[in-house]
Amino acid sequence: MMPAAASGTTARPRKTVYLGHPLAEPPPPELLAILERHRGRSDVLVTVLQQIQAQYGYLPERSVRYASRELGIPLARLYGVATFYNQFRFTPPGRIQLQVCCGTACHVGGAPAIVERLKAHLQIAENQTTPDGIFTLQTVFCVGCCSLAPVVIASGAAHGRMTPGGAESLVRDLGAAEEGRP
Amino acid sequence: MRSTIKVGTSTCGLATGAEATFRALQEAVSETGLAVSTQRTGCLGACHREPLVEIVVDGAHMLYGPVTADRARALLEGHFTLHGAPPPPEDWVVSRTPDRRDYAFFAPQVKVTTANCGVIDPLSLEDYLAAGGYEGLRRALAMSPEAVVAAVTDGRLRGRGGAGYPTGLKWKICRSQPDPLKYLVCNADEGDPGAFMDRTLIESDPHRVLEGMIIAAHGIGARWGYAYVRAEYPLAVKHLEAAIAHARDAGYLGTDILGSGLDFDVIVKEGAGAFVCGEETALMHSIEGRRGTPRMRPPYPAASGLWGHPTNINNVESYASVPSIMTGGAEWFSSLGTCESGGTKTFALAGAIQRTGLVEVPIGVSLRQVIFDVGGGIRDGRSFKAVQIGGPSGGCLPESLLDTPVDYGPLRATGAIMGSGGMVVVDDTTCMVDLARYFLSFTQDESCGKCIPCRIGTRKMLGILTKITRGEGDTADLDRLQKVARTIHTTSLCGLGQTAPNPVLTTLRYFEDEYAAHIHDRHCPAGTCTALR
Repeated sequence: MMPAAASGTTARPRKTVYLGHPLAEPPPPELLAILERHRGRSDVLVTVLQQIQAQYGYLPERSVRYASRELGIPLARLYGVATFYNQFRFTPPGRIQLQVCCGTACHVGGAPAIVERLKAHLQIAENQTTPDGIFTLQTVFCVGCCSLAPVVIASGAAHGRMTPGGAESLVRDLGAAEEGRP
Repeated sequence: MRSTIKVGTSTCGLATGAEATFRALQEAVSETGLAVSTQRTGCLGACHREPLVEIVVDGAHMLYGPVTADRARALLEGHFTLHGAPPPPEDWVVSRTPDRRDYAFFAPQVKVTTANCGVIDPLSLEDYLAAGGYEGLRRALAMSPEAVVAAVTDGRLRGRGGAGYPTGLKWKICRSQPDPLKYLVCNADEGDPGAFMDRTLIESDPHRVLEGMIIAAHGIGARWGYAYVRAEYPLAVKHLEAAIAHARDAGYLGTDILGSGLDFDVIVKEGAGAFVCGEETALMHSIEGRRGTPRMRPPYPAASGLWGHPTNINNVESYASVPSIMTGGAEWFSSLGTCESGGTKTFALAGAIQRTGLVEVPIGVSLRQVIFDVGGGIRDGRSFKAVQIGGPSGGCLPESLLDTPVDYGPLRATGAIMGSGGMVVVDDTTCMVDLARYFLSFTQDESCGKCIPCRIGTRKMLGILTKITRGEGDTADLDRLQKVARTIHTTSLCGLGQTAPNPVLTTLRYFEDEYAAHIHDRHCPAGTCTALR
């Protein structure tokens, strides 16, 4: 919507269109609920980001901006914290998050071969999501199941004593179950 | 007849399908109409036989494993001889005694901090109380704070996180600070790859950790406690939070604990996936909601920690040892270990070994006893090559050093460290140069980037090691590695950097021939390095 040109003959066409402040609306209720819980406390920054990510699956830019405004924390500080820790992501993850454990026991047990096989099967690199939005592939350092190495975590469930072939068929099964779902 | 079926459902059990086993057993129980209760427990430590199922009938114990879901029905019918079913096959049986010492994995172990793990329901306060829980707290509250600190000092408890600082001394320093507001932190940011002692302890017996923290709060005079748990351990967070809620309801946390006038409460903080946050100053920054970068010490946290107040930071296992010191006495506790350090130590035994799992042994037994007596030696008929202890801060020790006692001093003398307790055994199919490169890729990835030696140095070392594993190394590379390693060790800001060269230095010291084979013969003896096949 172009604003009506001001009266007078010297009015030049505007180069940008002002759509209002991006945060002019109040935060959505689910975000507000998270922020309200932590208002006025000094030890909550990481927790707030964790809860926003738990809500949306990632950190949407607008939510982080809202958090900054509502909690009075400079945006730069929030961004600094969010980029420091491995847990936080700024893009939506796939519906199934695959984490291949690359801890010591898993490494000597053959985790690198599993990662290579999954990369080839899904045709994505690490920390990427398949184009259909089903799988995100990550490597993590030790999930604490070393006695069952190598371990692959799919949507939070750990699968022990994995092999490259076993991991591939696990992903195949999960993918088949996920097809056709909304 | 009172019968209980216990299924170990901590993370390691779940990874082998314990949840399905538990459901199948419940179904089988209701179908057969047996008067048996089913119960979830934590981890007994014998992860190599999971899923583990223990059936207790009138005090007679039988431990079976692995019991997969499809074996559940047969196990139940066999154990209770329903419909004339034959008893379960002999190879399903792990142990027939209550103390499980008839199984070679358990026989040499001395369970103190893990005594309840896999035995009680971690979500039940009643179970913990029935197992003698919070008795240590009662005794501690009857003592003066000074006497509590003295008991821990006399028990010769040393920090189980790896550095081995005497716990009693740490408490004393923190206690003596004039600031009336003191904090307590439980470091459960178990980041070492290859270590899962803290996860098992919190998942299987969270009240013991809490009890230790409350006793510490009494000794130090702390008002608030934080438990900083790794984000990768969701079940541990859940169990600890449940335990805190139960303890609060029962009056073990909150104001005027057990009528003693002690006020103390615990808040759980989840980590966000940064290895460096296991370092105490970085951990405190993370709790304060900042980037988890370490800072210069002194001032030590005991003088100036969270928000500038005196803060006592101990590892999960250190806190979990404290209740036993109170109930068993400092003299008994110190007699378990060596003259330098008392008590027991848990180790996460993993790798190319017969019996993997969580083990607890008195401090001072030899590495050989842990690996061969408890762990049963190398699997698949291969031969022992090295044991990696202490994770990325530790080192790789060869067979000739297997008689080294597991104690802080002797292990440090070999170039490794006691560490938090990760013990990964490798056989002749593992290339030591590749293993060193693996650890460097880890530390390089996890370096926070604040100080230059660690940020640039680990990158340089990783580059040289990668070059060697590709078969492009030259003789000068070994000198270069040593030089960079020394620089990183002496000039890094925190423990992560200072200990990062250890895996490289120990492999250079004990497995130099493998480096030489890579460089001179362009050959990888273990056949791991793909470029040199």
